[in-house]
Amino acid sequence: MSALIQVENLIRDFDVSKPWLNRVIERVPKAKLRAVADVSFEIQERSVYALVGESGSGKSTIGRIIAGLVGASEGRVVIDGVDIAEQGSADAVRSELQMIFQDPYASLNPRWKVRDIIAEPVAVRGGQIKGLAERLLQQVGLSASDAGKFPHEFSGGQRQRICIARALASNPKIIICDEPTSALDVSVQSQVLNLMTDLREEMGLTYLFISHDLTVVRHMADRIGVLYLGSLVEEAPRDRLFDAPKHPYTRMLFDAAPRMDAFGREVEPPKGEIPDAINPPPGCPYHPRCPLATQVCKEQHPAPRMIGETRVRCHHAE
Amino acid sequence: MTQPVLSVRDLVVEIPTRHGILRPVDGVSYDIAAGEILGVVGESGAGKSMTGNAVIGLLDRPARIVSGQVLLKGEPIHHLKGAALRKLRGRRMGMIFQDPLTSLNPLLTVGDQLTETILEHLDLSVKQARERAIAALDEVGIPAARQRIDSYPHEFSGGMRQRVVIALALCAEPELIIADEPTTALDVSVQAQIIALLRRLCRERGVAVMLVTHDMGVIAEAADRVAVMYAGRLAELGPVRDVVTQARHPYTAGLMASTPVASQGQKRLRQIPGAMPRLDAVPAGCAFNPRCERAQSRCAQAPGPTLQTCDDRAACWFPITHEQEAAI
Amino acid sequence: MSDPQNPAETRPAPGRMARAWQSDLAYSFRHSPVAMISALVVAVLVLSAVFAPWIAPHNPFDPGSLNLMNGFTPPGAPNAFTGDTFLLGTDDQGRDVFSTILYGMRISLFVGFSAVLLAMVIGVVLGLLAGYLGGWVESVIMRTADIQLTFPAILVAMLIFGVAKGITPPEYRDQMAIYVLILAIGLSDWVQFARVVRGATLVEKNRDYVQAARLVGRRPFSIMIRHILPNALNAVLVIATISLALAIIAEATLSFLGVGAPPTKPSLGTLIRIGQGYMFSGEWWILLFPALTLLALALSINLLGDWLRDALNPRLR
Repeated sequence: MSALIQVENLIRDFDVSKPWLNRVIERVPKAKLRAVADVSFEIQERSVYALVGESGSGKSTIGRIIAGLVGASEGRVVIDGVDIAEQGSADAVRSELQMIFQDPYASLNPRWKVRDIIAEPVAVRGGQIKGLAERLLQQVGLSASDAGKFPHEFSGGQRQRICIARALASNPKIIICDEPTSALDVSVQSQVLNLMTDLREEMGLTYLFISHDLTVVRHMADRIGVLYLGSLVEEAPRDRLFDAPKHPYTRMLFDAAPRMDAFGREVEPPKGEIPDAINPPPGCPYHPRCPLATQVCKEQHPAPRMIGETRVRCHHAE
Repeated sequence: MTQPVLSVRDLVVEIPTRHGILRPVDGVSYDIAAGEILGVVGESGAGKSMTGNAVIGLLDRPARIVSGQVLLKGEPIHHLKGAALRKLRGRRMGMIFQDPLTSLNPLLTVGDQLTETILEHLDLSVKQARERAIAALDEVGIPAARQRIDSYPHEFSGGMRQRVVIALALCAEPELIIADEPTTALDVSVQAQIIALLRRLCRERGVAVMLVTHDMGVIAEAADRVAVMYAGRLAELGPVRDVVTQARHPYTAGLMASTPVASQGQKRLRQIPGAMPRLDAVPAGCAFNPRCERAQSRCAQAPGPTLQTCDDRAACWFPITHEQEAAI
Repeated sequence: MSDPQNPAETRPAPGRMARAWQSDLAYSFRHSPVAMISALVVAVLVLSAVFAPWIAPHNPFDPGSLNLMNGFTPPGAPNAFTGDTFLLGTDDQGRDVFSTILYGMRISLFVGFSAVLLAMVIGVVLGLLAGYLGGWVESVIMRTADIQLTFPAILVAMLIFGVAKGITPPEYRDQMAIYVLILAIGLSDWVQFARVVRGATLVEKNRDYVQAARLVGRRPFSIMIRHILPNALNAVLVIATISLALAIIAEATLSFLGVGAPPTKPSLGTLIRIGQGYMFSGEWWILLFPALTLLALALSINLLGDWLRDALNPRLR
């Protein structure tokens, strides 16, 4: 069975140079930031694939490239056998893909009624929208009468339900969830995550789940990719990753995450911070912070290799 | 028993609006001892930040303290204003906010800001103050503090900036620190560093810390005791291990159960139905009663339960006892 | 704090008028005496200008009703022929100053409103394009705006006025003068709108709701009109109000300098120019009353704009 989404050697550079005049006067070269550095992975139909990483790891950029909101510098994304960079045929694929954003206060136009917001994906394509919003509102656990209200009349969790309803409107196969619950409180988060689980089963959806929260990812995902400075450093099925993390960065991430059962835990906190992505360290991006680093790590960026079911980019992982 | 550094007694904060008077903090009482970290946890709108702001005298108008007391080492401070309050802040109380960028002046070097604060509160020469500033930066773990003291805030990374803010809060050797979501804007690895730093400073200096956050994991790791707030009131107050593992208030229990960690291996997470009431529609009696599966008729009647009137740990007429919990 | 934006949600829904009356804007209006007084002054002035033909005792544009013998009648003195009282006196031509002010205000307001409307349309369109498209489009638009800003607006207006006048046939000049004025002021004032709208667009276009709209295939033009523009309107409204006062003053200035409304159809500025010649010869009323009217009009609109800016700014609430 072939994958629903294939991401192949994806690279994305952002131009972070100063304006042209400043560059000329200050004699500085163009600067670029490699947000995504040679990332490949596949997402199987009806599965949940999670990308985890800290800020600046490129996880949101990958999501936006797959959604078609940002272009790729190199590499390609194939959805359902269609390269999304192709003109024409990619349009049909687009309608099968939707997105849920992090901030439920910024992702709904404050001047639009909920009915119009939810129906927008269908209305843009000239589809039939009568009663659509009302039906979807009920499906996500709100009431049909909410359709006539404006977004500011809802709480954060309710707004996120509205976002989910909008994402469902065009009957997509794939939903990209960019930190869908990190702006929500714990008790609301559990409601929204449960809703997403239920909808996935009912509608046979595939999720690309982007998050920095390991506990949420562990609950939701089937397969997880760990990103560090734009590189996919480790990828494995959920239980495999949590039971036997291979990459030193993954291990550090697991150790550093606050735990509910670690009262007054005294662990040696991790050293250092994520380096500047404009001038990344040569070789393996993690080597300045890595306890296992040797000379080869400073010189060569490790190629991905398989250890059991885990794919890892590290010279020393076993 | 030694005197607590901070005592809050029946604190009530009100905001008059044109739709009526809101009570974001409603009858909150707690103590923090020297060298202790009290975690204040709750969902957004529970009044946890407002409590911190009320203690330190930073309420934005029109919010105001209408009754209750805030005692710093037994001295009432809730009525202080202007210069007296400013003197107290910084000298005896330090604060750390969520966003380190907004609490530092971008136009002054880190050293200028530190020495200015030190000179304002301590009787030292400029030279001595500078040495002290370097020592403060050193203490919060900024490498090469002597070289970096003349850098501007934007030259530091997010985690380092938060360390500078902590140094700024500590440099006048306060007795109490109020940390409002100090790690929320930071990455996991940096968050762990900051928590470790806070704990170390608290232990070594004997500072009392009020740690306000929504993250149960941070509370569990950092705090000695925890206060759970709901709709402006204290729902539960007790040692962190007891509250997290054997919650007595149904709200606390629901909160703990709905974290993804607690439901590991299950397909669905436990969830509390509904949402916290808005401040203009807090139900009568126990604020949690409409969402509570244990609620009985008494729960909807005024006066609502408080820590003083019912269980010594949970403001609940029918707290979960440990035996019951084991049976669930 | 839970979101304090609208604590009214749990109340039963009132009617549209009642809702408007209870809105934050109306509340702030009712609690600002300055705003209420300004609004009252503006309303009285605008209404009396609109209904000038019914209110004014004379039609100053009708040369047949004028008599030079009535020239320089002081305020409160009677008409030498009919015995009617000239409330605010007459000017050099025997025109009733009160009536002339009312008719002059009509022209001032018409020019002001039209110029602001023109500036607004140009500025909003260019601001949206610059903010949303970015790149060289933005560079061209905003650099043009910067260059225009380096000249005083009145100079730009005079330049446009001069060019326009030059290319209009002489026999149409007086007729066209007012439209040329509108064009001149409108073209000199669009920069404000463009800057504000560009700023708002830059903020809004990165909001996720715009991303969501892009995702479902909405075209850029449609996103600008349906999504971004409604969210930039508050800022536009504030600028428009303050620009209105400025446009009225600009019109008065141009007319005062003799390049605006012709003496046969005087605006407030023309009246001030006429009156200025008699300031020290005893006929002070010809200058004073038009000047006071202009002051009241511009000041009230400005105060109203200031209030609106504060009331619509969520950070100041």
